Amino acid sequence: MSILVIQILNSLFYASVLFLIAAGLSLIFGVMRIVNMAHGSLYAIGAFVTAWMVSRAIAYQVPIGLAFLLIPVGAVVVALIGAALEPTLLRPFYRRAEEYQLLVTFGLLLILEDLMRFLWGGLPLSADPIMDLFPSIRIGGLIYPGYNFVVILIGVVAAAGLWAVIYRTKFGVMLRATSQDRRMASALGLNVGLVYVSAFAIGCFMAGLGGAIIVPTQAAVLGMGIDALVLAFVVVVIGGLGSLQGALVGALIVAFVRTVSIQYFPEVELAVLYLIAAVVLLVKPTGLFGGA
Amino acid sequence: MKADVDPAPTVSYRPELLLAAGAAAVLVVLLLLPLFIGLYQTQLLTYGMIAAIAALGFNLLLGYTGLLSFGHSAFFGIGAYSIAFLLRYAGITSMELYLLIGVPVAALSSALLGYICVRHTRIFFGILTLALSQVLYGLALKLFWITGGTDGLRVARPTLLGGLVTFTGRDAFQRFIHGYYYYVLAIFALCVIVMWVIVHSPFGKALQAIRDNETRAAFLGLRIPRFRWVAFLISGTFTGLAGILWAPLNGLTTPDVLYWPFSGEIVFTALIGGFRNFTGPIVGGIVFTYLKTYAVATTEYWQLLLGVVLVLLVVLLPTGIVGALVAVARRLRPRERSS
Repeated sequence: MSILVIQILNSLFYASVLFLIAAGLSLIFGVMRIVNMAHGSLYAIGAFVTAWMVSRAIAYQVPIGLAFLLIPVGAVVVALIGAALEPTLLRPFYRRAEEYQLLVTFGLLLILEDLMRFLWGGLPLSADPIMDLFPSIRIGGLIYPGYNFVVILIGVVAAAGLWAVIYRTKFGVMLRATSQDRRMASALGLNVGLVYVSAFAIGCFMAGLGGAIIVPTQAAVLGMGIDALVLAFVVVVIGGLGSLQGALVGALIVAFVRTVSIQYFPEVELAVLYLIAAVVLLVKPTGLFGGA
Repeated sequence: MKADVDPAPTVSYRPELLLAAGAAAVLVVLLLLPLFIGLYQTQLLTYGMIAAIAALGFNLLLGYTGLLSFGHSAFFGIGAYSIAFLLRYAGITSMELYLLIGVPVAALSSALLGYICVRHTRIFFGILTLALSQVLYGLALKLFWITGGTDGLRVARPTLLGGLVTFTGRDAFQRFIHGYYYYVLAIFALCVIVMWVIVHSPFGKALQAIRDNETRAAFLGLRIPRFRWVAFLISGTFTGLAGILWAPLNGLTTPDVLYWPFSGEIVFTALIGGFRNFTGPIVGGIVFTYLKTYAVATTEYWQLLLGVVLVLLVVLLPTGIVGALVAVARRLRPRERSS
């Protein structure tokens, strides 16, 4: 019984991180119609930056409670990187064919992956002291790390926050207007360029936050972004590219399927996930919640 | 602008003759080249021709049908793994048998995956091909008792020409590199001719019509999904063939050739040469092989270098090397611009 509870908690933990990555990817696609191949790398940068800052902080005897606050800082750093990338690298490509947009973000992926190798080397970088900050919790006869609850909570708060921004603020109206009809929004006097930069930065912030909150539980390693990207693809394909609810439901489905398959048939865990994505694309190409 | 309506046969036969002469000259150069260059360069050139075959197949979809596949690693991997399986589980060592069995396997898998993928276009096509190729990657990675997992499977040097040419004893490696170079060259030449015939056939013209205007092509009575499916089938088979040729040269096949960044490399290859040209992917295959080899050799951060090249290419040279050369040639001969 307690195994079941722990597996459900594990799934929620994983879904929370996946949602952060996939929601950013989906938001960027929804507003800008760009599939950002470098999104996984931005998530990895979030993990590396946070782990690096935390290890520096600990080296300078900063209390661990304060080091915990470095997690949002890591996400903000990624958002700033995104805000710098959009106008310089992506903006020239909105009028070009989709193929070029995909290729330029693929190029960005290659560049970012090696920049991480250059900056942090090939060794894993961890921030596990943060994990010890939160007491372990007894579930039945088993011990479960309290930090995982924090991650789940952050995922829930992020989902609610993103929903509130998109559906309850003026900025959200601008975002949705631009997403529906870019030219009309521009004709009505909206600063489309600003909306694009903000959307891309928010998407990057989400990815960075995903990386930042996962790094205390597992070390940042090279290549983590590439794996995460394909999983995020699976999530948005199942849920529907450009849909927030879709990213949420997709993340939950992927996380639970993954937990179940790791438990019962670990050999084909990856294959099962991609297969589900392929089946969804066949049956309902726009995903469960996709409209576009 | 390309004249895509008027066939104008009287105008086009002379450039075609010129082209045939050019191709023959290139072939002669390629035939003689191993006499002058070292073993390592010969090997690299073989890799280049194999990459060119893969890109040639890929480009039938991107350049001629307008579908960007991000899962062509699947077919390359299927080719490579099918011969590794033939060696390991059936003890087959003949290259001809590899081709006879491997090519239909690649064709069959392309037909199957293509049947699923061509229901979508644009970005969904790309993601679907990516997802399906990753199913195979996941299987190759995890079913390690069959596929060897991340270690991959060893592929010994095969015998060529029905066992007439074997590679054992002294200088085996040298003889293999030279013999295999000519073997690949022959298949490469055949592939180029076959692909040339395909894209200049009515079928190829229909694909281009679908690429340029799907609605119009449908009004002309073309059965679009079927055309796309056949194009996918041919495309995957070519890339699979490249995988078959690659495995013995590499001596090993690993899940890396199924992983999706490898699909990205195939896209890169077609793009660097220019995907709107027939010769683009061929030039791209050779250039990319050299570029990657030297990038890997000179710096630890070769991905960074490739990424920068890719971004610059997309920004400055979207038509690729061949496209840029054609543009330069046109500017130098302005009187032909009107045609």
